[in-house]
Amino acid sequence: MSQAPLHQQSVRELTTALRQRDVSATEVAQHFLDRSKAHPELAAYLALDEAATLAQAQAADQRLAAGTAGALEGLPLAHKDIFVTKDFASTAASKMLQGYRSPFDATVVRKLADAGVVTLGKVSCDEFAMGSGNENTAVAPVGAAAAAPVRNPWDASRVPGGSSGGSAAAVAAGLAPAATGTDTGGSIRQPAAFCGITGIKPTYGRVSRYGMIAFASSLDQAGPMARSAEDCALLLSAMAGPDPERDSTSLNTPAEDFSLQLNESIDGLRIGVPAEFFGEGIDADVRTAIDAALKEYEKLGAKLVPVALPRTELSIPVYYIIAPAEASSNLSRFDGVKFGHRAKDYADLQEMYVNTRTEGFGDEVKRRIMVGAYVLSHGYYDAYYLKALKIRRIIANDFQNAFKDCDVIAGPVAPSVAWAIGEKANDPVANYLADIFTLPASLAGLPGMSLPVGLGAGGMPVGLQLIGNYLQESKLLNVAHRFQQATDFHLQRPAGF
Amino acid sequence: MTAPKLINGYEVVIGFETHAQLATNSKIFSRAAIGFGAEPNTHTSALDCALPGTLPVMNKHAVAHAIRLGLALGSHVAPVSIFARKNYFYPDLPKGYQISQFEIPVVQGGEVSFFLGDEKKTVRLVRAHLEEDAGKSVHDQFPGESGIDLNRAGTPLLEIVTEPDIRSSEEAVAYAKELHKIVTWIGICDGNMQEGNFRCDANVSVRKPGAPLGTRREIKNLNSFRNMQIAIDYEIRWQIEQIEDGYDIQQATVLFNPDTGETRAMRTKEDSADYRYFPDPDLPPLVIAPEWVEQVKAEMPELPRQMAERFVRDYSLPEYDATIVTQSRAMGAYFEDAAKTSGQAKLVSNWIMGEVSRRLNNEEIGIEAAPVQPAALAALIGRIVDNTISNNAAKQVFEALWNAPTASGQSALGEITVAGQLSVDAIIESKGLKQMNDTGALEAIIDEVMANNAANVEQYRAGKDKAFNALVGQVMKASKGKANPAQVNALLKAKLG
Amino acid sequence: MPLSLEEIQRIANLSKLAFDESQSLAMQSKINSFFELVEQMDAVDTAGVEPLFHPVSVVQEIALRLQDDVADTGNHRAGNMQNAPAAENGYFLVPKVIE
Repeated sequence: MSQAPLHQQSVRELTTALRQRDVSATEVAQHFLDRSKAHPELAAYLALDEAATLAQAQAADQRLAAGTAGALEGLPLAHKDIFVTKDFASTAASKMLQGYRSPFDATVVRKLADAGVVTLGKVSCDEFAMGSGNENTAVAPVGAAAAAPVRNPWDASRVPGGSSGGSAAAVAAGLAPAATGTDTGGSIRQPAAFCGITGIKPTYGRVSRYGMIAFASSLDQAGPMARSAEDCALLLSAMAGPDPERDSTSLNTPAEDFSLQLNESIDGLRIGVPAEFFGEGIDADVRTAIDAALKEYEKLGAKLVPVALPRTELSIPVYYIIAPAEASSNLSRFDGVKFGHRAKDYADLQEMYVNTRTEGFGDEVKRRIMVGAYVLSHGYYDAYYLKALKIRRIIANDFQNAFKDCDVIAGPVAPSVAWAIGEKANDPVANYLADIFTLPASLAGLPGMSLPVGLGAGGMPVGLQLIGNYLQESKLLNVAHRFQQATDFHLQRPAGF
Repeated sequence: MTAPKLINGYEVVIGFETHAQLATNSKIFSRAAIGFGAEPNTHTSALDCALPGTLPVMNKHAVAHAIRLGLALGSHVAPVSIFARKNYFYPDLPKGYQISQFEIPVVQGGEVSFFLGDEKKTVRLVRAHLEEDAGKSVHDQFPGESGIDLNRAGTPLLEIVTEPDIRSSEEAVAYAKELHKIVTWIGICDGNMQEGNFRCDANVSVRKPGAPLGTRREIKNLNSFRNMQIAIDYEIRWQIEQIEDGYDIQQATVLFNPDTGETRAMRTKEDSADYRYFPDPDLPPLVIAPEWVEQVKAEMPELPRQMAERFVRDYSLPEYDATIVTQSRAMGAYFEDAAKTSGQAKLVSNWIMGEVSRRLNNEEIGIEAAPVQPAALAALIGRIVDNTISNNAAKQVFEALWNAPTASGQSALGEITVAGQLSVDAIIESKGLKQMNDTGALEAIIDEVMANNAANVEQYRAGKDKAFNALVGQVMKASKGKANPAQVNALLKAKLG
Repeated sequence: MPLSLEEIQRIANLSKLAFDESQSLAMQSKINSFFELVEQMDAVDTAGVEPLFHPVSVVQEIALRLQDDVADTGNHRAGNMQNAPAAENGYFLVPKVIE
């Protein structure tokens, strides 16, 4: 067994140690619970329930003893608070769902539990997953009295990225060996990059959306966030697969073992490099780290080929029309009737609706509901929503053209490293612009991942984005894994964690 | 088509929207059981309550019903149709949107043909689309509050929309009855109007002949054919009076009050102006393969229209009769059974349209429950045709059969069958209704009458026709009414020379 | 085109949201600064391009999955209503609905 402390061990190391009974699931769970409670300053957790977690861990230990252990038996993991869970409150970091208890588990939660995963708790995110900095939260984190932004373990004055900021911070700080995340426009890839961990957003429909509190139905996709591509492969293998009875948009493609191709050679691999991802918008420190990573790939035998993604810039307006349009409708169920917040004071039904929603939603959520309702409203549908969906197809076709010349596409995840908390708080458009490199793959529904490839300004991590063609997750993980076999960026930890 | 009749110089224009509840076990997008009259909210799934994370999954049977309707009405069954969201806030609409079909419905075009008196009418259909029903609000149980019951939420509906082809309230009712006949005939809807399983909304407007369409008012939820006629007549009069008094008609939704027989405008639903329809991103396109349509076609029962045409062809029934005896599958079967057995199709339809319908209506029972079954009616008709009994006598036999305690009449002609069961001939016998067809006996009676009424004989021979009738009367009297009047006339004339 | 305050009000009504005057102004300026980005869409020629609803349909036909009509007859009311802000006798309660 590896002598490193439990929180510095990988998913593979932990599951191996657990299977060999070198350590019990209860011990591992307790270790991460203690660390999670010891670091309230990160504001990563929205819900911890020691009793619930340890009960799950003891059940895992019994299965380990009985020899009926699942592939990930006893592995503790934190769930983004976008997934509904029976054992923990599910809030989407919104006042609207404060204290909400779901009568069922999300499919992702259930599948991971079936594989033996023990839930550590629920981690913070931007309200309804709308944000890039995890600053839009309305629920008080564990150990705090008021809502607070999640802090980046590498520099507490900076954002961890978003919307899966709690997941990224928890993994980077060793408060959890791995976490689930959701990615609508970059919400797995960008926080993974900002916190120096590895995360993958699978092909749209690979992982069931059942039990994910919906933001934008045609874009939302769940994925794992962990230290390494190898760990992500182990987790994704347990998360993916069709969900025919619960999610009509989940693909029929059967689940696969995403670890099988990890060690395949990438000699001769064609890596597409889109000029549009390397324009003046990108910071020098990021550019330097990305160029170095591409050099490293050349050393590993890969060939860099130029490709064109000419509508990269357009993906910002297109995404920020489509996602809010779907969100404006998805969030209509929050009306104070069946669950969630209801205003204290109202004279009649209409006032109950208006006061409930006005009190329950944060500013960014309201902005997106407004934009979404506007672009769907009479007289604007064709000019905005339908036009955006047509450009969305053009963007998807651009990728198909690019993949004629390459196997994967590589570029930065974000134009900069993590920014200071508050820096962009009052400038939504600045936040939107920072999503430019993650939005195209989201709109096309392509799998994309982020892996740490060095440190930039202020010693903050820089993430390389790899984009694959549809259902090419194994290839992506293979390409990332080979890089991580040759480098140790993914092993670097923020000071003090 | 004959010129539409005018009311005070105005032409009436009516279009119909009918919501037919589809006969399924489970809801359209969840597997919760359909439950009318159950305890509130006991027939709900998490989806029916719009709980966060739930997603719709389409009910295959509901699609099959839509195909069935399309085939029955000669419509185009769309190979690809799209589900869309209709967004508005209402307490019985749990998601804040209704899943319906907007731009591309599953059933397109088609028509409904029926008889109005003996004039054949055809109403063109625009479309029929699949959608989910809303829940129910109860206003009388909680002071100052309304209770929301979501048992009905998600019940599958087909909304069937006509062109404004209808020109009178009578025609409207005839259309609705024909559509009702079809949906129940093909088994996609139980047709129960009281429970709201077949809800008709009528769009009514009036105009001077040749003028453009007037502004329409929609009369909602006409829950009986009788109310339909009353409500539409009232609405027509009201609109004409308004215009005659110099007012404009405002487009509105009106409710019919069965107690007052009046319609009144409903408080218009807020924001109904802008539903922000858009394709539901949770539901990929509904694809219906031609093979499926063929399979449904193969399983379709013979339709009323086809059955009527066959009756005209095979039994040379007048088209009017054929339509009447195909009011229901049971009546069609009854007719064909009796017609085959008796070989007297026209007489059978006369009896079905006459005595049989009269008794069925009096007792408000369906023909399948008629005490006089086809074999008995056939036997009865057989005895009319072979001159055993007169038409009047036949009516008495029919009454006896109908009222006989356990008479099913399902017996071979003639003799008493199962204990207590009266057969046609047994009744004729016991009531002594047999006509006297024995010429010899009749001649004897005639000779006697002529002998006893020499005066009349003389008068007749002197050219007084009245005297002949007197003699006939005497003969009939002497034969106790059993003589065949035609035969009496013939013999008497012959003897009088 | 920039949104007027009246449009902000109309969309707020549609969305069942309320903003006071300063909030409306802030909303208006932030939404309008976003719509400046949207203008670049005008330059794109989308003639003959089909809108893309389900992304993966770019490479494979995506058809709605249909489920057999088998009813779950269980009563799940307790779980489904456990978060209800106001409920009585098995009903969700709301301020009286006026037809």
